[in-house]
Amino acid sequence: MTSLTPPTPGTRLDPWFGAYAQRAHNMRASEVRALFAVVNRPEVVSLAGGMPYLEGLPLGVIADTMQRVIATQGTTALQYGSGQGLEELREQILDVMRLEGIDAHPDDVVVTTGSQQALDLVTRIFIDPGDVIVAEAPSYVGALGVFRSYQADIVHVPIDGDGLIPEALEETLTRLAAQGRRVKFLYTIPNFHNPAGVTLSLERRPRILEIARRHGVLVIEDNPYGLLGFSHDPLPAMRSTDEEGVLYLGSFSKTFAPGFRVGWVVAPHAVREKLVLASESAILCPSNASQMAISAYLSTSDWKGQIKSFRELYRERRDAMVGALAEHLPDASWTVPDGGFYTWVKLPDGLDSKSMLPRAVTGRVAYVPGTAFFADGSGADHMRLSYCFPTPERIREGVRRLAAVVNAERELVEIFGTSPSPDDVTDIDNPGPDSL
Amino acid sequence: MTHSPRVVVLSGGLSHERDVSLRSGRRVAEALRLAQVEVTVHDVDADLIPMLSDIRPDVVWPILHGASGEDGSIRDVLELLDLAYVGTGPRSSRIAWSKPVAKSVVARAGISTPDYVTLPQSLFRELGAQAVMNAVVAKIGLPLVVKPSRGGSALGVTLVRSIAELPRAMVTCFAYGDVALLERAVTGTEVAVSVIETADGCQALPPVEIVTDGPYDYDARYNPGRTEYFAPARVTAEQAETVARTAIEAHKALGLRHISRTDLILEADGSIQFLEVNVAPGMTETSLFPQAALAGGRELPELYRSIVETARVRQDS
Repeated sequence: MTSLTPPTPGTRLDPWFGAYAQRAHNMRASEVRALFAVVNRPEVVSLAGGMPYLEGLPLGVIADTMQRVIATQGTTALQYGSGQGLEELREQILDVMRLEGIDAHPDDVVVTTGSQQALDLVTRIFIDPGDVIVAEAPSYVGALGVFRSYQADIVHVPIDGDGLIPEALEETLTRLAAQGRRVKFLYTIPNFHNPAGVTLSLERRPRILEIARRHGVLVIEDNPYGLLGFSHDPLPAMRSTDEEGVLYLGSFSKTFAPGFRVGWVVAPHAVREKLVLASESAILCPSNASQMAISAYLSTSDWKGQIKSFRELYRERRDAMVGALAEHLPDASWTVPDGGFYTWVKLPDGLDSKSMLPRAVTGRVAYVPGTAFFADGSGADHMRLSYCFPTPERIREGVRRLAAVVNAERELVEIFGTSPSPDDVTDIDNPGPDSL
Repeated sequence: MTHSPRVVVLSGGLSHERDVSLRSGRRVAEALRLAQVEVTVHDVDADLIPMLSDIRPDVVWPILHGASGEDGSIRDVLELLDLAYVGTGPRSSRIAWSKPVAKSVVARAGISTPDYVTLPQSLFRELGAQAVMNAVVAKIGLPLVVKPSRGGSALGVTLVRSIAELPRAMVTCFAYGDVALLERAVTGTEVAVSVIETADGCQALPPVEIVTDGPYDYDARYNPGRTEYFAPARVTAEQAETVARTAIEAHKALGLRHISRTDLILEADGSIQFLEVNVAPGMTETSLFPQAALAGGRELPELYRSIVETARVRQDS
């Protein structure tokens, strides 16, 4: 005789599934993220992560500095601090920014937990769901993740070898205005762009600012790489010529060490007040210990000499990267960055960097698919390659492996006459800190 | 009285499923520690053989998903080192790891499995992709499922509803391996049946029913929410008995040992279709094996310890 077993309730393994905010629904593990689990294995040449080469730092000196901070000022370093950040560090940040022509007051600076938190704060205070953020195409994956989490509508504007194209920005802002869309800010990485590696030309900077000003659009200038140029002194920051229309985001993560998680934002008075309040509500205050360690490092070490040594190191690696690309992937094209960490590679026709990633992982090489850098799922024909962390020898080996992967994928595309292109954005997630 | 076993859990590895393996390994290790088992978790790297040779654990539990973990090769190494381990031996692992080979073995044992064809990438080049795809669709029909012939976690798997979708599915599949399994898509109640061997013998845990709002793909498996699980499955006692018997038959036909999970479809007419079997089933917080164990009234620490004890006894004998 057939009988039913006692009915059991189903489970979705998450009793709060129905309780999440709308903005949390796209925060999901994806295949791409899973594939990145192998990236840190030594067998894999990772051309994915934007991790600075910390072996280039005087680690012994830093250890002594941190020891001294705790031994002599431990009760301050380990205590709560100011929501705006330590004044001494804010003054030193002015010295750093002066190298790019920024003349500011310590009160203008808000110290944040990495510039990623600055991005979060800026987005939090400006963006309501559905508001438009204009960003370069492509744009920094970590920024897109923040913007998406606040339910912004991200509109891309194309770039070329000289950075953001003013005519395209003008056209986009005009079109959005005609549609009655409210653009809250333009997000731009003017120097040694992540992922594209290009730099906004000196000639275009005032034009971009003028267009933004005319359309009443705030400019968020994200500049973690500005001091890491290979062939010339840093270009003047956009903030150096526009104090009211530009929010400037800086970071010690690329020029010193990301482990301290110290960044900053420079903002006009009223905005700054809101940023401090927003930051206090999020984290109370940035870490005193990290700020004091960086402050001590800046005051006792030759930090400018250290940045110079990083520039030389990364230039050598950039050369290794573009040399290897020319040798092994002659039918691809790529940007030749004049600073920073990344080159942006256009694959031969028909290839898809996202669908190719499992093959690359099997081939022991990793990169970030171009789709990560677009809000609309495009970019599959590109990939970002980082040269900052692997040695030149490893970079050459990585590109050699990548070429084998590309050739195998090309054969597949020839057979099937197609290549998958992403048709949804649900799995274009943040691939994780290893890929930023 | 024997001492509490010293266990090395192997997790990680270099496969596409490294992330899942790491999570599974952590879960099993935590449960074993609660059962007073001394556990070390280790990745598969150049330190592994010296470490195993040095500490000579009582039992090794390879919780490695994907190649090397499930294709038998790590188990070959454990045999070489003469170490007891949880799970199927190398030869049967290799059979189970290959989906088409496993399907043919269980079919010979009288278990139904959906019509399929296994095709290497090179064949599409030699014969022309469109001609081969046309022939496949003519024979198997639509919808069909394209999956790598080896691999797990639904990586590279696509449900194809029209022939126009097939080229893209093939490209996705071949990114994970050179051989594709194209299988008739069967509809019905999807159940996973875990089989364990302990001192009490070989037995099936209650079937777990999987209900998704789309394909049971990576997203549906590892992001809580999209999939609803029913443990035990909402089937009749007779059906539960039948799927349990089928899973045990598959386990035995394939020569599996200690632990396995068989994925089945219970069709509307009551017939059962075998899809695939896993010799190293996922053990994460969202995985089917622990859900089945809990539905069967098992405490994971005790269950995992009893599996370890079984593996140790087998070696001792």
